[in-house]
Amino acid sequence: MTASTERLLRIVAPVVAGLLLLLAWLGLSLIPTGRARLVPGPVEVLSAFFANLGIIAEDALVTGGNALVGLVAGTVVGVLLAGVAAWLRPVDAMVAPVVAAIAVVPIVALTPILNTMFGASSQFGREIVAGIASFVPVFVNVLRGLRQARPVQRDLFTAYAASGSQQFRKLTFPTALPYLVTGVRIASSLAVISALVAEYFGGPADGLGTAIAGYSKSGNAALAWAYVGASIVLGLIFFLVTVLLERLTTRRNSS
Amino acid sequence: MTASESTAVRATGVERVFGTAKRSVQALTDVHLEVAAGEFVSLIGPSGCGKSTLMRLIADLDQPTGGTLEVFGKSPRQARLDQDYGIAFQQSGLLPWRTVLANIALPLELHGVPSAERSKRAAELAEMVGLGDFGGRYPDELSGGMQQRVAIARSLATQPKLLLMDEPFGALDEMTRERMQTELIRIAKETAAAVVFVTHSIPEAVYLSDRVVVMSPRPGRITQVLEVPFGRDRGETLREAPEFFERVTAVREALHGTPVERANER
Repeated sequence: MTASTERLLRIVAPVVAGLLLLLAWLGLSLIPTGRARLVPGPVEVLSAFFANLGIIAEDALVTGGNALVGLVAGTVVGVLLAGVAAWLRPVDAMVAPVVAAIAVVPIVALTPILNTMFGASSQFGREIVAGIASFVPVFVNVLRGLRQARPVQRDLFTAYAASGSQQFRKLTFPTALPYLVTGVRIASSLAVISALVAEYFGGPADGLGTAIAGYSKSGNAALAWAYVGASIVLGLIFFLVTVLLERLTTRRNSS
Repeated sequence: MTASESTAVRATGVERVFGTAKRSVQALTDVHLEVAAGEFVSLIGPSGCGKSTLMRLIADLDQPTGGTLEVFGKSPRQARLDQDYGIAFQQSGLLPWRTVLANIALPLELHGVPSAERSKRAAELAEMVGLGDFGGRYPDELSGGMQQRVAIARSLATQPKLLLMDEPFGALDEMTRERMQTELIRIAKETAAAVVFVTHSIPEAVYLSDRVVVMSPRPGRITQVLEVPFGRDRGETLREAPEFFERVTAVREALHGTPVERANER
């Protein structure tokens, strides 16, 4: 296969896959199942999306805002705690099992409790959920990154009589940076998902998740799917921004 | 020249024991060694003979459990803080996010040398190791041999009077290795620095050194010191010379502890 046909294939293949999916969707939407159809058709969903663009954007801002606050807070706490754990072995021994526990517990399950704690009109519970979900990958990755400087590099810095802070600024931190950015990229998707799913468990009556739950219960399936589409867009925005960040910082760290 | 300046390294009864009192390993025992200023000394021996350990003790990357060690008449710690030595390992240990020049300048940067002076010196050193055109490149764009040149240039950044090298050519192919050896002889001559060179290659030790220190394991110790009186002006022709092979044989016999003929008969 020549290079040009390969390049063509790389563009054509996903387009074909997308068209096939759209056809399947259209087919599914035409199947009658009693009083309602299985799914609303693509045209209905799209028109519901654009007809309600204003309120969808408002709700996306609420969910995106919660995810962003959680992501930033989780990243800050994750970096600080990883720094302390890398520095002091006993702290690592104390924190590691807690992080392992947090990683396996479904954090969103805490939402009803948090909503009760902070009041049903506060976004704080949702932000905490997004924060805890973001914290785990950031902590794990940064802690690993802080330990990636090779023994030979440590020896060299010792031989140069570098101070502790010089060693951190010029070796440990730059080595850990790509790991931090990878952690943030993983955390960004988790933050959006958590912030959105947390809305299914009550709290203020705004946000994409609340709308999806509400409209699907009230039978407005087209609008519910339009909101699902908006959630995908929101998740993609978070993902793409962090991928860009990763590209910018890891250009020269590969070897 | 005072006594402290004419002697680069002086080890007296140096000992290094690893582990606890119950299960200890004698990595080095009763090591006496003097390296004169400007002298090229190789440490050779099988793995576990403590040659790298001895170099790490001189570099103050590790501390002896007995005996005394002086570097230019000071403690190894003081010599390290004063940047009296430069160091290179088998792995180049280059920082992948820094260019060749920025890697070479790193030791200067850590000691607050002004930026202009730093880049001038780094450019000179890059030129010296034959990487003048590669200053702006990143380590992952260079071959293993070129990376090792950068590491050597970096070890020379602070203009040290002592170079410590732990198998710096150990990971290179034979042809690159021989070329690097010839260049190292030139660099050592140009800088007039003493060199302590750890290797497990007999021809390499003979080709480079004024003296070859033969070591032996369990416990790690110096068994013999051989002179290699070929002077500092050595060229590629030395590799083919009969007196070169004589010395290689002598080192080999010192390493094996028996004449080589006997080893062949077995």
